[in-house]
Amino acid sequence: MADLAFDPKAVEQLSPPLVTGQPSLHDVTEAVSIHTEIETHRNWYIALAISGSVTLLLGAMLAYLIATGIGVWGNNNPVGWGWDITNFVFWIGIGHAGTLISAILFLFRQKWRTSINRFAEAMTLFAVACAGIYPLVHVGRPWRAYWLFPIPNADLAMWQNFRSPLLWDVFAVSTYATVSAMFWYVGLIPDIAIIRDRAKTKLRHTIYGIASLGWRGSATHWKNYEKAYMILAGLSTPLVLSVHTIVSFDFAVSIIPGWHTTIFPPYFVAGAIFSGFAMVITLMVIARWVFGVEHLVTMTHLENMNKVILATGTIVGYAYATEFFIAWYSGNEYERFTFINRAMGPYAWAYWTMVSCNVISPQFFWFKKLRTSIPFMFVLSIFVNIGMWFERFVIIATSLHRDYLPSSWGYFRPTIVDILTFFGTFGLFITLFVFFTRFLPIIAVSEVKGMMIQTEHEKHYLPATTSGSTEPVKAH
Amino acid sequence: MADHSSIHGVVADFDSPDTLLDAVRAARAKGYTKMEAYTPFPIHGIDEAMGAKQSILGYIVLCGSATGLITAVLLQWWTGAIVYPLVISGKPLFAFEFAFPIMFELTVLLSAFAAVFGMLGLNGLPRLNHPIFNYSGVAGSSDDRFLLVIEASDKKFDANETKDFLASLGAEKLEVVEA
Repeated sequence: MADLAFDPKAVEQLSPPLVTGQPSLHDVTEAVSIHTEIETHRNWYIALAISGSVTLLLGAMLAYLIATGIGVWGNNNPVGWGWDITNFVFWIGIGHAGTLISAILFLFRQKWRTSINRFAEAMTLFAVACAGIYPLVHVGRPWRAYWLFPIPNADLAMWQNFRSPLLWDVFAVSTYATVSAMFWYVGLIPDIAIIRDRAKTKLRHTIYGIASLGWRGSATHWKNYEKAYMILAGLSTPLVLSVHTIVSFDFAVSIIPGWHTTIFPPYFVAGAIFSGFAMVITLMVIARWVFGVEHLVTMTHLENMNKVILATGTIVGYAYATEFFIAWYSGNEYERFTFINRAMGPYAWAYWTMVSCNVISPQFFWFKKLRTSIPFMFVLSIFVNIGMWFERFVIIATSLHRDYLPSSWGYFRPTIVDILTFFGTFGLFITLFVFFTRFLPIIAVSEVKGMMIQTEHEKHYLPATTSGSTEPVKAH
Repeated sequence: MADHSSIHGVVADFDSPDTLLDAVRAARAKGYTKMEAYTPFPIHGIDEAMGAKQSILGYIVLCGSATGLITAVLLQWWTGAIVYPLVISGKPLFAFEFAFPIMFELTVLLSAFAAVFGMLGLNGLPRLNHPIFNYSGVAGSSDDRFLLVIEASDKKFDANETKDFLASLGAEKLEVVEA
């Protein structure tokens, strides 16, 4: 054991480098800030034009929906929740990986999170923005959406029903959105100050100066800042688990067969992390290449995320099996019917798409060769995203389309408005990213620097003969 | 003691966190008390070296948590059982079981507000300007430089003497900064 611990090669193998090529602190500042400072590339405008047009499409669809009514969607009786709630759960689930990376991995002192947390947190925020649209417009009269909140007002001479999980959801999602936004911004303050200090023009200096709130990186600042960051991480950890738990209560607290089950909270949380990590892989593979930060977001990061995908994908597969077992074991005929119908009924195509994407595809990540292959992980992450969208669709549509009375059976078909609205949310998601990656540091610069210095110090605790293989971090 | 009202302090510019930490310890040993370090990332052990007290942010957050929790209980109890009692599905007008999710969410929400605004408050942010920005090399403190400032408000402060002392600690650049 001792030999293993003090052999530099073995140490390297056990904890591969998180920053490759031994850049100096200044190199890191440079690598991360430069993309906000260079002249805007033509491709940026092209990307913005495309994603912006898709966002406009979203706006048009929403305007049409609000002007006309929910009837423009495929929602019907008995399938009263269609793509709107599917997409809501899909987007909110994606957000969960960002909080997991920024909060839970922080508390577990997982140093590999530092290069990807900023990007993942941004993803959380943008995904929650997309998710929030759906329940808002699904209420039918969005101009009355403030009725969801306990605001005393003359129009509504009554109070909200706090016994309803739908109201819990209002609180959970709005708290999640607010706390994620604050966590993200607090993380950004010192890094915005870096861009301010590097600013060449007065205007840039002023804008980034205001955005950094006058941060000056004094020891007092850092002391309170680190405490705040730690507390926010500690708060976000149970928060992220609670959000998807409460989203699952929307289903589990009802008495619909296929929804009324205690497995939902952990199963939803695992699924959310699964889909979120897949989305981080999809976006990070592109971003690290576009912005040339392969030395900061290394294969180690990607491989670790793929391991999380494998683990949570397996949990999700196990949950599917448990659901089927309980449907049989409970002896409840409605429950049993629902599950047989799920796998063999009119939505069997959706069910088996979900199983192939979510249960079978992540199993390929048992092979190191596949989980370290960029093209393979990119394709697989898209499969997982598709599979997790289908999971929500299957849960909602299959449970609703067969009511207790066969006379009220039905089938859900999306309309063109459903499809274009969902397509449009991707436009919004990408547009927000296009702006984020242009104007803000996409990697938490000060955290990466702190991590580099800390790693350097840890090496000093090894016997002198072993630390000679790597050069110390140079300041400039 | 000379009049230092127009001087903020002396800035010493170091090239690594280790030399900065040594300098802080040396300055403390010399008897300086009013000093501040400016670094691109948090340096572990610098608070102890400067003799700074622990952050009191935790207590502020605790007040936020308590406010959130109490608000959630009172809100759900008062609206559901007092001003607008309505029996729904035979459930009680108020019970902690169904009140729990919102108690949790409001506790987290107000704690997070307390953490963020408490941190900004303790740090005196947002703030438009600060004397340290008069230092010509201040931009380095967010990149790869490690600054130590001995402030003019220190009893032992003397522009020349303090400057000589800091030079002896291996500072690569020294500057007297205007207030």
